[in-house]
Amino acid sequence: MPIITRRQALITSLAGSGLLLTGCSKIFQADSLTESASFQRVLAAAQAWTRATQRFLLAGGEMAREYKPSDISHYFKPNGTYHPGGADYARHVDEGFVNWRLRIDGMVRHPLSLSVADLRRLPARSQITRHDCVEGWSAIGGWTGVPLALLLRAAGVRAGAKYVVFYCADNLDGEAAKGGEQSPGQYYESVGLVDAMHPQTLIAYDMNGKPLDVPHGAPLRLRVERQLGYKMAKYVQHIQIVGDFHAIAGGHGGYWEDRGYDWYAGV
Amino acid sequence: MPTPSADAVPEAETVTHRARPRRDVIHRHAWPVRLTHWINALTIFIMVGSGLNIFNAHPRLYWGQAGADFDKPFLALGAVRTPAGLRGRTIIGPLKFDTTGILGVSQEDGEQTTRAWPDWVTLPSYTDLADARHWHFFFAWVLVINGALYLTWSIVSRHIQRDLWPTATDLRAIPRSIIDHLKLKHPKGEAAKRYNVLQRLAYLGLVTLAAGMVLTGLCMSPGFDAFAPWLVTALGGRQTARTLHFLFAAAIVLFIAVHLIEVVLAGPLNEVRSMITGRYAVPAEHE
Repeated sequence: MPIITRRQALITSLAGSGLLLTGCSKIFQADSLTESASFQRVLAAAQAWTRATQRFLLAGGEMAREYKPSDISHYFKPNGTYHPGGADYARHVDEGFVNWRLRIDGMVRHPLSLSVADLRRLPARSQITRHDCVEGWSAIGGWTGVPLALLLRAAGVRAGAKYVVFYCADNLDGEAAKGGEQSPGQYYESVGLVDAMHPQTLIAYDMNGKPLDVPHGAPLRLRVERQLGYKMAKYVQHIQIVGDFHAIAGGHGGYWEDRGYDWYAGV
Repeated sequence: MPTPSADAVPEAETVTHRARPRRDVIHRHAWPVRLTHWINALTIFIMVGSGLNIFNAHPRLYWGQAGADFDKPFLALGAVRTPAGLRGRTIIGPLKFDTTGILGVSQEDGEQTTRAWPDWVTLPSYTDLADARHWHFFFAWVLVINGALYLTWSIVSRHIQRDLWPTATDLRAIPRSIIDHLKLKHPKGEAAKRYNVLQRLAYLGLVTLAAGMVLTGLCMSPGFDAFAPWLVTALGGRQTARTLHFLFAAAIVLFIAVHLIEVVLAGPLNEVRSMITGRYAVPAEHE
């Protein structure tokens, strides 16, 4: 008698724990909850807590770890756009990007328009850092470029400015934006002034000692070392300083942000 | 007036006593333990489900700081095209397994799909990295706050020191306790009023694993890494932290399975009641 009850108990509990461990979504009605806008607002509260905590922990302007040249990944995975396509970009590739311009405008006293050669003449910073993708993988690469802080000081950021928006030459187009407003496929990104002024935030033109190649964002890309890869816009053509990004594209501050990803990507 | 009931009642009581000896009912779990237990129970399932959905975005694990598609994985849940069709292939170190139907390739909405973990374990069921991250990072806060309350209360009230930390006598009883557990023999009487040594080690192990989950989770954050790069180095790098995060989660799932089996074997109603109301009927010595 006890043997049978024990065996039954064992089978029942194994089956029970199996059922509990699986079917999470069914038990919590997770799919319909996820699709509910009010539940998403509850979950979104955590993003603000995380951002506030990291802003507090990083209030001293802490630097991302820098690595040795021997740590550089043999193959640095490009992601998102591998080639922006289009006649304009093809012409820039053919010309070696000599006619590429980086415009800096918006809430600045002196709007700028710089060529890649102009940028190369400015004081540069080199850093070997780890690039962390939101998907989970990492690669280590060496970057050289102009600190964004230097460009922003030269342009003279006006009072009331809060964000720096980066407009790119690539159009991902593929994925639909979440929610009502449809964002166009043009890649763009934005960071707050705290991250924009950080010494490791660069408009990079070299990768591992060579000019950026097309899959990695030629001729100019952003490096924001304390955030995830999707913040680091490639093929940057235009930088705009704004007080608010709600009127831009889908209104969430970036291509992936318009598709549900967090604006603050420090986690 | 006949009074059969007056005579019958003590008689009946005696009979009941003989058939089922009076059980000693004790107050077993304090309310902070019960409350944090159930919050944890709910949160862990959400964390596992959303964690597996996040894992699906890059279903490969590596050792070290960096690792991506062209690096050798320690574990990979992939799919391969064969003449026999699409097959799920799981790689663990040098070993390869065909896991079609569960890992790598499984049915989603009645269609064969390449996805590392199947839709019946992920949360939400459909693969969506952005949504899974929202769930994961909200409930990570719940887990951390709940865990901090539990730990603070447990240390201040000496719950850990008194009930969980094994004594020398406990440690000497490990072989005995292992044999008892394998024979599915549960402590009775006085011995059932306190946690046995394997329980103590399992619960302390769970607390340690939970702390390990939080630390390895934090080490995946590029923001946190700028704050405490030494911790990432101490854990062996960001990708090692990600791999350990997965392995610790697997250990917690194993704990839950064993925990539920033990609850059922030890008397599910009594055990579950004790974790809801705190009241626990001590199994009698000679039952």
